[in-house]
Amino acid sequence: MSTLKVLIRKEVLQFKRNTFLPKLVVVFPVMMMLVLPWVTTMDVRHVNVSVVDNDHSTFSTRLINRIAANDYFTLQSVTTSFDLSMQQLEDGEVDAILEIPKDYEKSFVTGNLKKVNVSANSVNSIKGSLGNQYLVQTLSGAINEMRNSNAPVKNGELIAIQNRYNPTLEYRNFMIPGLLVMLLIIITGFLPALNFVGEKEAGTIEQINVTPVSRFSFTLAKLIVYWVAGLIVLTLALLVIWLVYGLTSVGSILIIYVAAFLFILVISGFGLIASNLSSTMQQAIFFMFFFVMVFMLMSGLFTPTESMPKWAEYLTYILPPRYFVSTMRAVFLKGATLYDMRYNFYALAVFAIVMNLGAALTYRKQS
Amino acid sequence: MSNNDYIIDVKDLTKKFGTFTAVDHITFSVKRGEIFGFLGANGAGKTTAMRMLCGLSYPTSGSGTVAGFDVTKEGEKIKRHIGYMSQRFSLYEDLTVMENMELFGGIYGVKSKDLKERASDLLEKLNFVEERDTMVGSLPLGWKQKLAFAVATLHRPEIVFLDEPTGGVDPITRRQFWEMIYQASSEGTTIFVTTHYMDEAEYCHRVSMMVDGQIKALDTPANLKKQYNAASIDEMFRILARGAKRGD
Amino acid sequence: MKNQFLQFVKKETLHILRDSRTMLIALLMPVAQILLFGFAVSTEINNINVAVVVPQWCEGVRQSVERLSANPYITYKGDIAPDEIDQNLRSGNVDAIVVFTHDFEKIMNEWRRNGVSKSAMQFIMDASNTNIAQAGTGYLTNILASDVMAASSMVETHMLFNPQLKSAFNFVPGIMGMIFILICALLTSVSIVREKETGTMDVLLVSPVRPLRIILAKMVPYFGLSCINLTTILLLARFVLGIPMGSNLWIVILVSLVYLALALSLGLLVSTIAKKQVVALLISAAVMLLPIVMLSGMLFPIENMPSVLQPLSAIVPARWYIDAMRKLLIQGASFPLILKDFLILIIMTILLLAVALKKFNDKLE
Repeated sequence: MSTLKVLIRKEVLQFKRNTFLPKLVVVFPVMMMLVLPWVTTMDVRHVNVSVVDNDHSTFSTRLINRIAANDYFTLQSVTTSFDLSMQQLEDGEVDAILEIPKDYEKSFVTGNLKKVNVSANSVNSIKGSLGNQYLVQTLSGAINEMRNSNAPVKNGELIAIQNRYNPTLEYRNFMIPGLLVMLLIIITGFLPALNFVGEKEAGTIEQINVTPVSRFSFTLAKLIVYWVAGLIVLTLALLVIWLVYGLTSVGSILIIYVAAFLFILVISGFGLIASNLSSTMQQAIFFMFFFVMVFMLMSGLFTPTESMPKWAEYLTYILPPRYFVSTMRAVFLKGATLYDMRYNFYALAVFAIVMNLGAALTYRKQS
Repeated sequence: MSNNDYIIDVKDLTKKFGTFTAVDHITFSVKRGEIFGFLGANGAGKTTAMRMLCGLSYPTSGSGTVAGFDVTKEGEKIKRHIGYMSQRFSLYEDLTVMENMELFGGIYGVKSKDLKERASDLLEKLNFVEERDTMVGSLPLGWKQKLAFAVATLHRPEIVFLDEPTGGVDPITRRQFWEMIYQASSEGTTIFVTTHYMDEAEYCHRVSMMVDGQIKALDTPANLKKQYNAASIDEMFRILARGAKRGD
Repeated sequence: MKNQFLQFVKKETLHILRDSRTMLIALLMPVAQILLFGFAVSTEINNINVAVVVPQWCEGVRQSVERLSANPYITYKGDIAPDEIDQNLRSGNVDAIVVFTHDFEKIMNEWRRNGVSKSAMQFIMDASNTNIAQAGTGYLTNILASDVMAASSMVETHMLFNPQLKSAFNFVPGIMGMIFILICALLTSVSIVREKETGTMDVLLVSPVRPLRIILAKMVPYFGLSCINLTTILLLARFVLGIPMGSNLWIVILVSLVYLALALSLGLLVSTIAKKQVVALLISAAVMLLPIVMLSGMLFPIENMPSVLQPLSAIVPARWYIDAMRKLLIQGASFPLILKDFLILIIMTILLLAVALKKFNDKLE
């Protein structure tokens, strides 16, 4: 036990002496949590629309006014030819074009209703499809009204919609637990990854290898420092979330900490494995960089795992952040209980054991 | 002979890296309390041999004991009884002199009371008292080497392995360094030292000479000079190294 | 003098070639990433787990449930009791719950006849994931109420440039923007700081070669390496991921080369700030990663950001490159359309390089 204490003291001293690391652990999470949540909006609020009015009728004017009055849309221009509007779309000034056909109003009378055309720039598929969806909803509401002015149809009447846990559909609330996960991945993944290999490059590992110190206590001493660092990052980030965004966890904060601690165990163990397997810091960081990207883009942080092709979806089951991301969201936003999340916890616990055993075993004292 | 007389006793120790045989069937013994010089040109296989003796590297074949433990299986037990100073300075540069001593003392399980005593003793001997709280990284090389030796002997090991301890060090510091070695030896510690300063070989009780991974000669400096009819160890070394294929 | 420069370039190239592991990683990683993310990452929401609450089964409800379970976008999870709603949503078992009213059939018929009545059903969405909640509402409305609220008969829609709404079209330019800048910055910054750490930098600096040349010589092989990466990524994007590429391949390459130079200059700047490899690595990999992913428009549309943050995103070089690449590769835009992006990238490169070289020279004096 006393050996462990001596080793932990060494790691703490080295951590503190480093001019960069303490700042990274304190300043980085605070800065990121102050700035990044504002960025995370998928709400398509600024769809710029150009209308090609070939009809010049009261009905076409009513449609145009509908768009101009709606918060989601900005009426950018009304033109007389599709090509003109298309030009604006290519320049990026316009996201969607509404084309009202000639004799549109007349078609209401004849009963053979003509269709209006919506063309949306869908390079960004989310923005394209969501913007398109809003536009279609708005238009069909308006057209229904015009068609049958006695009976206004709004879907809110036929179907009552309850958006539980996040009634205002604030996308930021969805992303904030995700950002927390990213911070933990970055801090508790990259730092351990550089640690062992740093000792290799400095040659100090040699002096340690020739001592009777067990690889388990040597590894453990290193890990403990990152566990503490990870919990500091988590606490700071939670404070910022509370003070700046007024968000607190709906579920038990204890469950958040337990889950985060398990996850920190997993990621720091993983970082140490990367470190053990590399002979230079550059290799270690490349290795980690690759996996951090995979973790970020494939574990459901930004994009749903279920929309992936089957092979990729199965792949996500071996990505530890997958379980942590869904746990964090469920507990933080929905108040999920330990029991609700039990399978995620089992998975994280298994990963934690595997990674840390792996970290101790890949450290070879004798070649 | 019993293990008690010989602290190192190896037979046919061999290390191969692929097709390259770095250490080729070396057989020798070191007596307790001896200062044993392990000589050879660069690339002769000294460091590789030493790493096997310290439990840092598994022998490809051969057998032997260090401090009574099997070099092929009991590396971790050996480590409890030895001190080691690597060719490359390998203490923590971002820790102070005292913190390094506390770290390694703690690792070897030296009681903190003993540790304090020994550390202040060593600091005094090294004229280091004022540098107690200096970062090791900012010490001059010679001081670092002396500190590395102090750390390697802090836990009173039975044997200390020194890999090129005086490389790049000025003559006065080298002199002091050898005084430290003698002192440790007089206290009963066995010293196993590699060097390529041939004048230093004269300070050893016995020396071995490695050429191309094999031990070509082993005896007291006086006997060796007589045997090869050389005026100095340096000259004898040149006679032996003439046939070497590797090294510089 | 020219010969000296070439000697230095040769030395750096050898460094790269000898460290085969790093070189392999640097060459293979972008390939793996672009393939993995190009194929796997999709923002399309194509699966919603739905359960239903049915107070009274009738023909209308049965038909609705049948339509739900037949829909490829819906995974039907069965019917549950009203008091199980919260538990099911909380544990993530379902994303949405459709609660039918007691007299569902009667109300629906009234709607069909004269379009006015009270609600026939309630959708309870797990809005903790806003994307799924929004898309799910749309899907469910279409499936369960299409005959009442027929929007499709009134509006015809076209998805321009990306008719199948492939996420890869949006993602590939983003991933290119990210990979290039991070890998280049990582490689250059470390290669310089490592020489500082081992002291070989001093050896180089006391040589009669001018420091500027040493630095440029360091950048040349990494630029070469990055060009290989650029080639493989463009080939993969075109032939494996089916990105259209437009008609201006030379402009794509020109803009990319400027961007590579920019990334190398950024690495150089990092190396003048960092004294230790650890710091250089952490800055170029960990610290820069999040802002680039979040602020470059790779995932989140820039125009949605609050106006305070827009200038912040403007200083992220990846933003301009990604914008240019999307226009060139997906929309097939012509050069004048990306001129602004291109000029900004050039100015940024010059600025970064100037600051980095100045800092480097200051350190020497």
